[in-house]
Amino acid sequence: MFVVLLIALAATGGLYAAFAPADEAQADTTAQSLAIEEGEALYRVGCSSCHGRSGEGGSDGPSLVGVGPAAVHFQVGTGRMPLQNPGAQAPEKPRAYTQAEIDQLAAYIGSLGPGPAVPEESAYDPANGDAARGGELFRTNCSQCHNFTGQGGALTNGKYAPGLDNVEPIYIYEAMLTGPQNMPSFPDTVLPEQEKRDIIAWLNEVNTSESANPGGFTLGGFGPVSEGLFAWTFGIGALVALTVWIGARSAKARKS
Amino acid sequence: MSTATEPRKSTAKGKAPAGEKVADWADGRLGIYSLAKANMRKIFPDHWSFLLGEICLFSFIIVILTGVYLTLFFVPSMGEVEYTGSFGPMQGVMMSEAYASTLDISFDVRGGLLVRQIHHWSALLFVVGIFMHMMRVFFTGAFRKPREVNWIFGFLLLVLALFTGLTGYSLPDDLLSGTGIRFMEGAILAVPVLGTYLQMSIFGGEFPGHDIIPRFFVVHVLLLPGIMVGLVVAHLILIVYHKHTHYAGPGRTNNNVVGMPFMPVYMAKAGGFFFLIFGVITLIAATVTINPVWVLGPYRPDQISTNAQPDWYLGFSEGLVRMMPGLEWVIPGGYTLNFGLLVPLAIFPSLLVAIAVYPFFEAWVTKDPREHHIAERPRNNPTRTAFGMAWLTAFAVAMLAGGNDVWAVNFHLSINAITWFCRIAFFVLPVLVFFATRRICLGLQRRDAEKVLHGRESGIIKRLPHGEFIEVHEPLSQDRLYTLTAHEQHQPFELGPDTDENGVRRPVSPLERVRARISKGYFGEQAQIPKPTREEYRAIAESHDEHH
Amino acid sequence: MSDRHHHNPASQETEPRKDVSDDHLPGERRSGELAVLDDPFADPGLPPHEHRRQDIDERAAKRSERTVALLFTVSMLATIGFIVAYLAIPIDEIVYIFPIGHISALNFALGTTLGLALFCIGAGAIHWARTLMSDEERVEERHAVAATPEVKSHVLEEFRKGAEESQIGRRKLVRNTMIGALALVPLSGLVLLRDLGPLPGDKLRKTAWREGSLIVNENTGQPLRPEDITVGSLTQAMPSDLDHHDEDFHAQIAKAAVMLVRLEPEDIKDPRSAAWGHEGILCFSKICTHVGCPATLYEQQTHHALCPCHQSTFDLSDGARVLFGPAGHPLPQLRITVNDEGFLTALGDFEEPPGPSFWERG
Repeated sequence: MFVVLLIALAATGGLYAAFAPADEAQADTTAQSLAIEEGEALYRVGCSSCHGRSGEGGSDGPSLVGVGPAAVHFQVGTGRMPLQNPGAQAPEKPRAYTQAEIDQLAAYIGSLGPGPAVPEESAYDPANGDAARGGELFRTNCSQCHNFTGQGGALTNGKYAPGLDNVEPIYIYEAMLTGPQNMPSFPDTVLPEQEKRDIIAWLNEVNTSESANPGGFTLGGFGPVSEGLFAWTFGIGALVALTVWIGARSAKARKS
Repeated sequence: MSTATEPRKSTAKGKAPAGEKVADWADGRLGIYSLAKANMRKIFPDHWSFLLGEICLFSFIIVILTGVYLTLFFVPSMGEVEYTGSFGPMQGVMMSEAYASTLDISFDVRGGLLVRQIHHWSALLFVVGIFMHMMRVFFTGAFRKPREVNWIFGFLLLVLALFTGLTGYSLPDDLLSGTGIRFMEGAILAVPVLGTYLQMSIFGGEFPGHDIIPRFFVVHVLLLPGIMVGLVVAHLILIVYHKHTHYAGPGRTNNNVVGMPFMPVYMAKAGGFFFLIFGVITLIAATVTINPVWVLGPYRPDQISTNAQPDWYLGFSEGLVRMMPGLEWVIPGGYTLNFGLLVPLAIFPSLLVAIAVYPFFEAWVTKDPREHHIAERPRNNPTRTAFGMAWLTAFAVAMLAGGNDVWAVNFHLSINAITWFCRIAFFVLPVLVFFATRRICLGLQRRDAEKVLHGRESGIIKRLPHGEFIEVHEPLSQDRLYTLTAHEQHQPFELGPDTDENGVRRPVSPLERVRARISKGYFGEQAQIPKPTREEYRAIAESHDEHH
Repeated sequence: MSDRHHHNPASQETEPRKDVSDDHLPGERRSGELAVLDDPFADPGLPPHEHRRQDIDERAAKRSERTVALLFTVSMLATIGFIVAYLAIPIDEIVYIFPIGHISALNFALGTTLGLALFCIGAGAIHWARTLMSDEERVEERHAVAATPEVKSHVLEEFRKGAEESQIGRRKLVRNTMIGALALVPLSGLVLLRDLGPLPGDKLRKTAWREGSLIVNENTGQPLRPEDITVGSLTQAMPSDLDHHDEDFHAQIAKAAVMLVRLEPEDIKDPRSAAWGHEGILCFSKICTHVGCPATLYEQQTHHALCPCHQSTFDLSDGARVLFGPAGHPLPQLRITVNDEGFLTALGDFEEPPGPSFWERG
């Protein structure tokens, strides 16, 4: 289920990466205002009940003025928005909008007030990042919530920092840039673009399904708890099974 | 045991005169023939649960073998270097030599990663084995006279294993283990009066300083394992001296031991088991990562990761701290008492000491001066079994609390809710488990009694002439009858009349009154089912005979 | 009196082996016959030995022999495989092995071959013991651990003699000075421990923060300006006087590490905390006051900072008050301002020692 979701995300993200630059190249003012109009229509139907008629926020959702297109791209692109059930926080889920619709929504929200724009691919391409430096930055800024290798961790009262495995680099970049939900933001003044790229390079090195785990199966990467569980189940289980074999009486000859 | 290896050669190879000559030479100097005479054919009872201790012994040997190898490459230094080894994602990172050399062991020494993983996995399994072994000894009452001292030896081995583990996983100086050392520093600082002085002495200055890894290294590779080897030898000598306990059964009494001789059967089985354990742990180390320090990063006091836990055997101490609500007093004079640490740090040793002194407690309750060599079935001492289960429950709840963040994120729970659950459960659950266990034990005792008196359910349904269906019960064999009735049942200690036969008031110490109450708790009517008597058995047997 | 609850009157310790209740005296039963009619619960004695297949059928025994030999042979082959793997597989080769993942080929190959080599030796030995070695159970008698009264009185007598010959009881002066000397001599060892570390002094109270210290962004190494820090962001920082290459960098950063957050001024509940900040920018020690882990799990909507070690939770909008967990007091806040060049600076060191509590902290 989760895997399917990841594949879907990866595929759509890939599609987006392929088409987005072309769109932007051709973007002119008319196309832009058209997108804003379309976005506003989508917003009215899907978002306004919580975030207010024109993004001013309400009791059920924060103001979206000035959050910028990047926040929309992240929140709607990872399926966190629209929210399905009120809870401690909005979980990642299959997205409800097409990429074109998300772009229109982003354009509309972007028109409400200045905010971070959706990054160019060059901003988050892990190939141009320094993984070792990124590891240091990750341990300074990120691992306290997301764990050493981005397996995720718990926050207060049921909130959590989600696992970062196989998350599209663009979403990682946008999350740092915009600080979705309870995650603090890391604006470029605090964590410049190159440093963000380094962090993405580190995650790309240690936390994708292609990452090397030289020692073998990682047990989820949760450290001593999962190692202890393994020792108490498979480890001691295997050894006790052997004691039973050694201690069992050998088969006797049947008297018939 | 090593004493018996020499003569083995001479007998196993039969007429090999060379071997015999060597043995003669050794005998002239070491007296090995006499030692072998006493021990070579020593009897060891066969039961799977008696092999749990061997899991500990052999994993300890594996830990030592692999540990020696690791010391050949490990650099116990906190000097900062820039990493230039072959692990890509750490290139150019500043780190201690300890961490860098651990990366080298993992990525630049062929087989180093395997040995590291074997070392760590067998260390984890060593302590798991100690727990299993102690549970077996505890629940079967095998700690009773004359084995109390050996129980203490084993207990000390457990404690030393915990601290050897702590000092060991701290050595790589990675971000996770450094956090553990930071915790240790905070705990030392919390000690009233002496805290800061102790902290400065242990760390050679302010945290983290440059001394703690080299000092831990010596403690980990020399001091603690040295003491442990001594204790292991003493433990084994006592096992041989006392002879192993065995379970009651036909022909197995308190005065004998029934089993296989050390040579050849036990030797082959124990020796074989060593290789099996080594093999299994190596296979685990080949396929399952443990403590991948290369992705944890070098320690820096201003960095941290979530899911920061000690290895499992210290998880309960971690949990005790996590459960503790914040409480800090500044007492007159401007001195701080940090109960957020002091309370859990007081419970931690108390929990351990509770099991260490249990044999002496039970001996005091029963005042039983006899030697016990029959391993009891847990059900036949319900209060002890219930106490053990309650202890394990408290331990397990504390362990659960120690991993609260991991449970929270994996099961989508609130970390605060888990902590509150554990805070309450730590006090409530052991009590519930105590009474539940006692009831279960009594139920099992009752079932045993019924089996003895009425036989075993055969599964055969018979229709009686008047139409009633009954299940035929087969009488138990003599062997089973004996096995199920062989256990002894203590009677509760009673204070007796308040006055002696002359009507003079007898002084009874308050301690004795307490003992009488505890003894009643252990052996009173509510705590054990009287086992069937011969008279009951005969009466029922006769009534059956009349039917036929 | 204390023994009255036993089945039988207390057996004398010295009287060997009277400790099983008399009901179950062991019977001799290799034949498996002896059932004592007048005692239904009597010990029937050891059951007769039953032969295994291998004991009566040489072909079965041969099969066992071959199995054992096969296991030992597999072990030999696995050891050869280990050596070949050691020589042939590059240390940095990563292979994909289902379902384990992308793992080190060398680690996997060495581990599986060595594991197999060891396991097969063990399995062979145990199969040998179980099927070919005699499985006839033997009985060994136990003997009381405690000595007989004769031995005991002999030893006590000898001990008394030895003590007497030493004259330790008579020469009180010798005895007392010896006790004194032995009691004092370990003090030298204790004194030698003095140089393990320095005295605490005020080391735990002073950090690298001074009046005018620039607040340097950990990520860029550049001093921070107020406009760099937006509402909802989190910035890890350190004093400008620290350098990563300093000898005591770790000891200094362990006390001086801070985090900066910016709150809407109306969200700050504690007026003192607001006054110590700059336009809603607050600078807190990130070293948890419980045991010293960095408590930097900042939730920007709730303004909670959580410590991952023991879940102490601090409310950064309310002077870092403790909301949950074992911490005993708030995170210390650093007073900050902006200097002439527009950089954030400290107004001095922390007012109280950062990091875990200690006895003299007050």
